[in-house]
Amino acid sequence: MGNHSDGSPNHSGTVATAGQNEVEKFQDPGLPPHRLRLADTDPRAAKRAERQVALLFGLSVVGTFIFLVAYFVIDLGEGSGATIADIRLQNALLGLGTAFAMLGIGTGIVHWAKALMPDHEVSEERHAVRYEEDRQAAVRIVDDIVEETGIKRRPLIRNTLLGAVALAPLPAIAIFGDLGPRPDKALAHTMWAPEDGKLKRLTRDPDGTPIKASDVTIGSAFHVIPEGLNELHEGKLNEKAKAVVLLMRLDPESLNPSPGREDWGYNGIVAYSKICTHVGCPVALYEQQTHHLLCPCHQSTFDLTKECKVIFGPASRPLPQLPIAVDDEGYLVATSDFNEPVGPSYWERDEHERSINS
Amino acid sequence: MSAASTAEAPAYVAKTKAGRITDFVDERVGGSGILREFGRKVFPDHWSFMFGEVALYSFVILLLSGTFLTFFFDPSMAETHYDGSFTGLQNVEMSVAYSSSLDISFDVRGGLFMRQVHHWAALLFVASIAVHMLRVFFTGAFRKPRELNWVVGGVLLILAMAAGFTGYSLPDDLLSGNGLRIIDGVIKSIPVIGTYISFFLFGGEFPGTVIIGRLYMLHILLVPALILLMIVLHLFMVVVHKHTQYPGPGRNDGNVVGYPLGPVYAAKAGGFFFIVFGVIALMAAFFTINPIWNYGPYDPSPVSAGTQPDWYIGFVDGALRLMPGVIGDFHFEYVIFGYVLTLNVLLPALVPAGILFTVMFMYPWIERWITKDNREHHVLDRPRNAPTRTAIGMAGFTWYCVMWAAAGSDLIATHFNVSLNDVTYWLRALFFIGPVLAFIVTKRVALALQRKDREIALHGRETGRIVRLPHGEFIEVHAPLDEYKRYKLVGFESPAPLPAVPNEHGIVTRKEKRRAALSKLFFEDRVAPATPAELEAAHGHHGPHEAVEAADEQRSLTH
Repeated sequence: MGNHSDGSPNHSGTVATAGQNEVEKFQDPGLPPHRLRLADTDPRAAKRAERQVALLFGLSVVGTFIFLVAYFVIDLGEGSGATIADIRLQNALLGLGTAFAMLGIGTGIVHWAKALMPDHEVSEERHAVRYEEDRQAAVRIVDDIVEETGIKRRPLIRNTLLGAVALAPLPAIAIFGDLGPRPDKALAHTMWAPEDGKLKRLTRDPDGTPIKASDVTIGSAFHVIPEGLNELHEGKLNEKAKAVVLLMRLDPESLNPSPGREDWGYNGIVAYSKICTHVGCPVALYEQQTHHLLCPCHQSTFDLTKECKVIFGPASRPLPQLPIAVDDEGYLVATSDFNEPVGPSYWERDEHERSINS
Repeated sequence: MSAASTAEAPAYVAKTKAGRITDFVDERVGGSGILREFGRKVFPDHWSFMFGEVALYSFVILLLSGTFLTFFFDPSMAETHYDGSFTGLQNVEMSVAYSSSLDISFDVRGGLFMRQVHHWAALLFVASIAVHMLRVFFTGAFRKPRELNWVVGGVLLILAMAAGFTGYSLPDDLLSGNGLRIIDGVIKSIPVIGTYISFFLFGGEFPGTVIIGRLYMLHILLVPALILLMIVLHLFMVVVHKHTQYPGPGRNDGNVVGYPLGPVYAAKAGGFFFIVFGVIALMAAFFTINPIWNYGPYDPSPVSAGTQPDWYIGFVDGALRLMPGVIGDFHFEYVIFGYVLTLNVLLPALVPAGILFTVMFMYPWIERWITKDNREHHVLDRPRNAPTRTAIGMAGFTWYCVMWAAAGSDLIATHFNVSLNDVTYWLRALFFIGPVLAFIVTKRVALALQRKDREIALHGRETGRIVRLPHGEFIEVHAPLDEYKRYKLVGFESPAPLPAVPNEHGIVTRKEKRRAALSKLFFEDRVAPATPAELEAAHGHHGPHEAVEAADEQRSLTH
């Protein structure tokens, strides 16, 4: 049986194909003999294939009719009384009709090609992608062109042209300057900042009804938006994208507020930004038993009992806490804006955080 | 042809009206010459060559269905209250873009069908490009002279993903809005200019009121135009190079064996367009894709669990999920000179995709440098006959798949009832170990398959017939291969490692040493193709077997 891998090194030149230049190898026997198909020898088989192709084309015609009937018979739009079931049916029939129409033509043609058209494989010579003769001619032409422009003899022209061409695209870049405003401190502030000394109430998302501290039972969670958000006419989604908050109530014993944050909650009620500090998805899942908040997009997990520290997943920063209290009427209010920018991190974030706290 | 001879030649006059029209056009565009050149051009045939066709045809279907959709879609983010026939969202506040997407689905006859065709075709478009590229990689079709076309193909893959993502965002539903939110978060993590890019893209803060219109323009104009340009380049180069062919008897680097364009190849390829269209239509008819009415309009507050991006973005999303934000006490987000570096987002979003695409684009040159092979290759490699390349490809593919699987980590956890955290830990480990394992296993499998080929070439095919010899020994009869089948198994190159050679100054550079080491890695375990001498020896070896086989042949001849 001998050696399975002939590893003798090859010194024949740039291309390493050891064991093939020296050792005799199998000769290419050439194209295998052509085998006739049934339809080539038996006229009845050919006739049968012909009928099959025609049948497939006929199926395509049927498909086109299915489409047209489904389109004109099932009426959609207002006043038609069409239900979801009608839309589904129409969609299925339009698709089925198209599928028959297309597959009928496609399979018909392919069957025709495979069964009835000549299936002799042909061999064709390849030609070089580039011929040396052409290359030399091209070089001569380019040389002549360069010579006629005189660009080599006149460096002044060449250099000024290069300079001009290098600078010319700058306006094309500059003209995009108005695509957006320059980022200012907008990312650092949310709607929660008190307006004219009036503290903003925490209201339910989406209807905007204020929340009483007594409504928040232990173990419950509220999706919260700031008072007045729904009345905004412009930039409502922009504000909402920063201001949404999750409100939860725990046993006050299980919260471990750090120094300076003891009065940010009320009776075990705490509010945290709902915008993930990873890439900004809403941290919408609250695991009541474990007091974990989970982001459904990338599974960052925050521990509510540790001031929403990251305990799993790709986020690196805790969720910002919204300081809350209760007003005279017993409604929950935010005593100030967040003390840091909410949402995903950005280059200037630390600068913004420092300016908020200064 | 000179003017005089044209004047002297009897002018051709077509007999029929159609003939005269054809002749009129032909005299003005020179169609005869084109037809003469291409009418019988030979194309090799193989099922794996059809992936590129699927991509091309999906793109045509995308253009057709997409044009239809633009007649009804309104990319405005102005607020409106829904007033269409879908009762579930009646009077809900939403953007005009979302509302018009609902109208396409519910109030335009065939609109839902066209939306589904468009979305399925888009998924198929990216998928077929990806599979086509895998085919090209594993068969070595990217080698000289096709390196540049490989790069064009890679650009097409990126453009296809860009087209997909910009389109995915247009309906402005909850799911796509969250996708944009993630993109915004990733952009913001870019050092120095991230915040600027985000504000410029969204025209201010996220989500703003301009992003849909901008993506719409990119989606229906800029990206498709670039794709079209790249397709033209791609096909132009295919014509210049002529198609590659699989190895086999009668096929070599100097010829191209297959069916002529007209009629067989044109019929098969043309018919295949209708088949692709038909299959997409079937999927659009019976499989719901992106039911935006279930998601509701975009709102920064809600999100549904188990959300998934379209499949081709999955690997980036998965990488984002795999990256830990905190290891022990080390936070991947930290402040440096007063500015925030968000490595927990930046690294997974850019590095894996960056490595994958850089290696992919550079691979033809990497392999050319290692093998010093500057010849043209028109005959493909069977993947087993290039074990190291196949192993590298599988390592990259496995790496991609681990990230892709990670995009569904939550679904894996809920579906198989396992802990989400454990799934993530395992996938994090596989992220590093997976490609290594894949490399080793693939290389061994490829070498084993090569040995099996040798075995079959030398000893023939197992027939399953057990024969008892006069002296009591049992043997299985092997049927020898005919020369065509055998050539398929032995007609390949098996390069040997190329040791480091000194340059013109007589020095073996460090780079050359590295190249030699890689060459050794590539080819040291090589299996050489069987030779006629070996076949001779193999036959001479087992006297009795040979006798039985010879008798066998005799019998089959006398039948």
